[in-house]
Amino acid sequence: MALSLPNDYVVTKLDVLANWVRKNSLWPMPFATACCGIELMAVGASRHDIARFGAEAMRFSPRQCDLMIVAGRVVMKMVPVMQRIWLQMPEPKWCISMGACASSGGVFDAYATVQGIDRFIPVDIYIPGCPPRPEQVLDGLMLLQRKVQNQSHKLIDRPPGPVLPAGGER
Amino acid sequence: MAKAVIAALVARFPDDVYEPYEGVGGDDCAFVRKDGIARVCAFLRADPAMAFNLAPYITAVDYLGAEPRFEVVYNLYSTVRNHRIRLRVKVPESDLEVESVTPVWAGADWFERYCLDMYGIRFPGHPDPRRLLMYDEFVGHPLRKDYPLRGRQPLVPEREVKDLYRGPGPGGRD
Repeated sequence: MALSLPNDYVVTKLDVLANWVRKNSLWPMPFATACCGIELMAVGASRHDIARFGAEAMRFSPRQCDLMIVAGRVVMKMVPVMQRIWLQMPEPKWCISMGACASSGGVFDAYATVQGIDRFIPVDIYIPGCPPRPEQVLDGLMLLQRKVQNQSHKLIDRPPGPVLPAGGER
Repeated sequence: MAKAVIAALVARFPDDVYEPYEGVGGDDCAFVRKDGIARVCAFLRADPAMAFNLAPYITAVDYLGAEPRFEVVYNLYSTVRNHRIRLRVKVPESDLEVESVTPVWAGADWFERYCLDMYGIRFPGHPDPRRLLMYDEFVGHPLRKDYPLRGRQPLVPEREVKDLYRGPGPGGRD
């Protein structure tokens, strides 16, 4: 017998609070394989500061992260490793595909390069660029924050709302 | 710059070393017969006037359509004497084995594994003959001219991606 909670005020506000906490403390797992990894380091540095968004704790252990940023080209040999890292991350987790190579293979349409990591792991946000400017990475992070804010909590049985609700974010 | 080296090499190994020439940019090169490459390299390392103690790059070339099809190129450098030469070994497709020079230069280890992985040239006498860059389940040798550029081989099953711009699956567009 499934438990169905009514869509009442208290539960909705808890939802908002939990998502607000989550979006402002997204700890990234920097899966930096190539040149986009350098730009990711620039995003973490002082001029374009990812710490403003609560994401400066770039833990290299996937058990402690909730956001995987795949920065750089991924070859087919690396895909089982990437999938293992993704599976080791605890829920709730999100994935940002940074750069052209992670999103679609980039300029490398060849025998070894994966044409987009979303063939293997679910991706939430794609950031174009080769490499994307740090400001673009932060814009992608902010877009992910809007998505996190509008996600519904998994214990509450309610269909998910739109990513970008009309009239701005809550 | 290393013309004297090449001349001495041709004099020492008249059967194995042939056709010395000067390559682009002043590189001094010579062709070496496949059967004699091991003793030529051992001599080049051991002889004090030659003293080639470094093999910075060993690679292979695929001349598809020419016979012999492959060529293994040894770039050698002497840190003691400061001279460089290049040795080219023609390898036919019917007999894809060149004796390994890893006993002479330990650094040739990965270069020969690369030639095996990318071209399929085997090196008997190599201490660890396995693929270097591609994964073990990969079939074929990707840098051969008849291997398709987009010949991707799946290792892990893929998710359904509804997409307009990218080709379907690991096969891509080829």
